[in-house]
Amino acid sequence: MEPILLLAHTEADGTLGRPALEALSAALALGGPLAIGLVGAQVKPAADRIGGCGAARFLAVEGEAFAQPRYATDAAGAEALCRAAGCAIVLAAGTSRWARALPGVAYRLGGRVDTHVANLGERDGALSVTRWFYRQRMEAVLSRAQRPWVVLLDPGCVDPWTGAPARAAVEVVTIEHPTSRTAVSGYRAPKSGEQTIRPDAKLLFVAGAGWTKKQADGAAHTAEAEELILGFLRASRASLGGSKSLVDLSGEGEAVLRFMTHMNQVGQTGSTPRHPKGLSTCCHGEEPHVVGWRFIRERRAINLDANCGWARGKADVLYVADAFEVMRHLNRLL
Amino acid sequence: MSTPLQIVVCGSFVPDPLQTLEPASRPAGPAAAPSLKNEMMLPAVLDPWAGHALFEAARLARTVAGSKVWLVSLGAKAKLQQVMMTVAQKVPFELVALDGPASGFGDSYETAEALAAAIEGIAGLDRDRLLLFGGWESASRGAGSTLQMVGERLGIAEQFQGVDQLIVRDDGSFEVLERVEGGRHQVSVCGGLPAVLGWATGNLPEPKNNPQIGMINMRAVMPALQKAKAAPLANAGLTFASVTLPKQQRETRIVKNVPAEEIAREIAAWIRED
Repeated sequence: MEPILLLAHTEADGTLGRPALEALSAALALGGPLAIGLVGAQVKPAADRIGGCGAARFLAVEGEAFAQPRYATDAAGAEALCRAAGCAIVLAAGTSRWARALPGVAYRLGGRVDTHVANLGERDGALSVTRWFYRQRMEAVLSRAQRPWVVLLDPGCVDPWTGAPARAAVEVVTIEHPTSRTAVSGYRAPKSGEQTIRPDAKLLFVAGAGWTKKQADGAAHTAEAEELILGFLRASRASLGGSKSLVDLSGEGEAVLRFMTHMNQVGQTGSTPRHPKGLSTCCHGEEPHVVGWRFIRERRAINLDANCGWARGKADVLYVADAFEVMRHLNRLL
Repeated sequence: MSTPLQIVVCGSFVPDPLQTLEPASRPAGPAAAPSLKNEMMLPAVLDPWAGHALFEAARLARTVAGSKVWLVSLGAKAKLQQVMMTVAQKVPFELVALDGPASGFGDSYETAEALAAAIEGIAGLDRDRLLLFGGWESASRGAGSTLQMVGERLGIAEQFQGVDQLIVRDDGSFEVLERVEGGRHQVSVCGGLPAVLGWATGNLPEPKNNPQIGMINMRAVMPALQKAKAAPLANAGLTFASVTLPKQQRETRIVKNVPAEEIAREIAAWIRED
């Protein structure tokens, strides 16, 4: 295998996030000579955290300018690390920060980039990657002749590296601080004020448009739906996903779940999150809606229609029942 | 803000998301590029994220007098024409067409080169005050890398991806909300143009069809299509070993005529399992 540079950025607290440790696992599994490139305000604690991974070199670009996730500085830092390492393969976690910056870095280096990679392998002694096309509706295995090849691995695809910390000898790569007109002023939580998206949750709860429709008594019970869903999320610490039809309702003047935004949408133009388990409620439809839970390992669904394409052949268990009723009981049990 | 904005939106068409998609069979060998079965027959729509970008561009252009929106689109001319019949009725723009493949299997680097060259060729475009828009991904390739490379070639280092909101201030600076992990937005303030913004869904509903806008747009769309430059993508150095549909079909256990309380107990036990 060709030499690999693993790029990682520190989190706000100076540590390495789980996606970075997953990418490290993937890099080690490839078996080529490995260098680590770190970007952040102070990278020594992060370097020591993975100091025992067996990498041949630890390179770093550090300083306050690299504390904030920002294209100009992140791209300059990553570019400097890539040039210093001179590796043919550049691997990084598909975080929002690297997804923003690394395609531009590939361009600067005259290389190529592939994002949303789900698996790495070897064909004829060279790297090959697996990624999805057409919104997770078909899967391809591909390779490239150009180098460097920048590969962004989607979070949740491999187990994170869990080796012991060790002192790392960090080589600081000095670069001229890039000028940027952009300053990050902070973060804004969803309008509900309650976090409903939890990438690390063991369970994805998917709500469909049925929650806002008229129920058996001829009336919609949106307020109760909100209460039941939020109650479940608090008790189970699940992450919330919504079908496209449900999140679109807010733009159509219909009764809506107030905490449900486009950021919750799974499937179609929404995300395709990776969680060990998924429970869908009141969801309907065939492809492409169902791709929203393509990467959920264990799937169960509650639906009034036993033949619904969302669940039949896609879920492990389909409970044909009234979701309101089941969730009332479930919340009490949890 | 008083200085007129120049907004270039990159975006093309994708198969209607409700269509069943299958990879076409292809001859053996690495040189054969993959494609979709009956690709040219599939109904197409403007890529949803590019659509959001276009609608946001039009909203922004309405707020600053003298502003203009271009849509730079790479795709087969005949298909582009079909899609423009609908898109042109939504918001005012000038089309810059490139005749080439809109396939998801096309290389994002080559796509970026073609788009950047087309933008460089727009007469009268002041690149110092350019807002380069597009979807943060497409519904075909889903690379999320094309816009950054277009921006790099145009020398733009202020770039934002997963944008849901842009507020341009009177002094020419602007605030951007980008999607980051955990369902949050990162808030950034940029001192001024030029900038690249890859849009997520934004906050705007799809505009209703407006035949008057459609008539004005189509007067320029047809000539733009006629003079569309050829932009073949060679996919140089890119080899697809396989393209397959997911085969997994689950054996679904149907649980019916069971009291809700019992179902809840079963689900609770399942959630608690490690």
